[in-house]
Amino acid sequence: MTNGDASMGNTRTIVSLDNIEKSFGDNVVLKDISLKVAKGEVVSIIGSSGGGKSTLLRCATLLETFERGSLAYGDMIVARKEPDGRAVYLGKDILKQARLKFGLVFQNFNLFPHRTVLQNVMDAPIRVQKRDKGEVEKEAHELLSKFGLGGKENMVPCELSGGQQQRVAIARALCMNPEILYFDEPTSALDPELTQDVLKIIRDLAKEHMTMVIVTHEMTFARDVSDRIVFIDKGVIVEEGSPEQVIDNPQHERTRSFLRKIYD
Amino acid sequence: MQMMSLVIPDLAGGFVMALEIFVVTLLGSLPLGVIIALARMSKVKVISAIARVYISFMRGTPLMLQLMALMFGPYYLLGISMGSDWKFGACAIGFILNYAAYFAEIYRSGIQSIPVGHYEAAEVLGYSKVQTFFYIVLPQVIKRILPAMGNEIITLVKDTSLAFVLGIAEMFTEAKALAASFVSMIPYVIAAAIYWIFTLVVEFILNRIEKKLDYYHD
Repeated sequence: MTNGDASMGNTRTIVSLDNIEKSFGDNVVLKDISLKVAKGEVVSIIGSSGGGKSTLLRCATLLETFERGSLAYGDMIVARKEPDGRAVYLGKDILKQARLKFGLVFQNFNLFPHRTVLQNVMDAPIRVQKRDKGEVEKEAHELLSKFGLGGKENMVPCELSGGQQQRVAIARALCMNPEILYFDEPTSALDPELTQDVLKIIRDLAKEHMTMVIVTHEMTFARDVSDRIVFIDKGVIVEEGSPEQVIDNPQHERTRSFLRKIYD
Repeated sequence: MQMMSLVIPDLAGGFVMALEIFVVTLLGSLPLGVIIALARMSKVKVISAIARVYISFMRGTPLMLQLMALMFGPYYLLGISMGSDWKFGACAIGFILNYAAYFAEIYRSGIQSIPVGHYEAAEVLGYSKVQTFFYIVLPQVIKRILPAMGNEIITLVKDTSLAFVLGIAEMFTEAKALAASFVSMIPYVIAAAIYWIFTLVVEFILNRIEKKLDYYHD
């Protein structure tokens, strides 16, 4: 697909994480991780549980803070790196603006259970972005019917299947018109037969050149959909490259042993 | 029959007083409980410790004793004479301070039961802390704490009879006086029936609210 664009340097960088280091107490979970994602790129992050994949996503979405390194969305610096490597976060206003640049889809959907499907999708654009209600409603209806949820607008999340709930969560994130969409194991909480519905939507978004970073255990899906695969283990990026490189011809023993376990 | 024509108006007057204590207590303690709950969950250790001691004291000593302390404390401790109107003031303050402690713990249990993922989803969507509390957390908390609140509110109906120790003419005080003058249990029986009807009304209202919030479950 758009493979190679990122390294050409002629596409806009949406997010760049540089030399990120993050610990919980004495436990270092991210060690000197750098990741840039270009506009239109689809990056999948793979690796064993506890390897730091989700923490990296949580750092990128400001749910966690890191101690060293820097983070920027486009030209907007969110955390700058001091000469000694320490990370210094910028003010609340900058963080608030940065949050409008990305969306996040959680493993457990995290829809608001007391709100209808339509309210879940519409509320933040109206309340947070202060956009026109009519315009947001139109967009929300379009997104929901595109995701096969037409007619479910006035249901509450508990009346939907897990796959449907996750599709609502994706619609909710997209209705904010983010520049980049993060997925944190979007199908891990779903039954196998519901997984495909959600993966299909992500595939469709990839075809539309939505910029995405996906933490996933679905190797076949990752290989099909991604421009780049990043393998993280024990807090470091062990290997990254095209799906053909990383999944079909892994160079590192750790990558090989991880893939062997997955395919067993 | 002649007894009834005297008993009913007196008990009715006592009921109105009990209702007054009930309403004033709820009006004061429901919001005060929110403040105490937030203090109890504060990250500032001193504030949370003060709230903890407050809740422990209010729940750990008899409400009857607290009412008497408020009634007579100003005079015996400080030498201030509060006048005869102080009776109802002491009663209202005592009930509010006591019930707020119980409500605070119920609120806290509700707030802490909301999954952290809802806060995170709201944060990523750009909601402020205040917006998150009022639009996402609070509506869910109300549904979750309703049964526990119902318990406490129904207890309050009957606790209003404790105002008896301050000589306030609520329903139990009246029933006791009537029972003594007529040498009869009947006033107590009628008072019991009125308390029960009172709680049935409260139960009915709580059920209506619960039904209204029944459109979702989590």
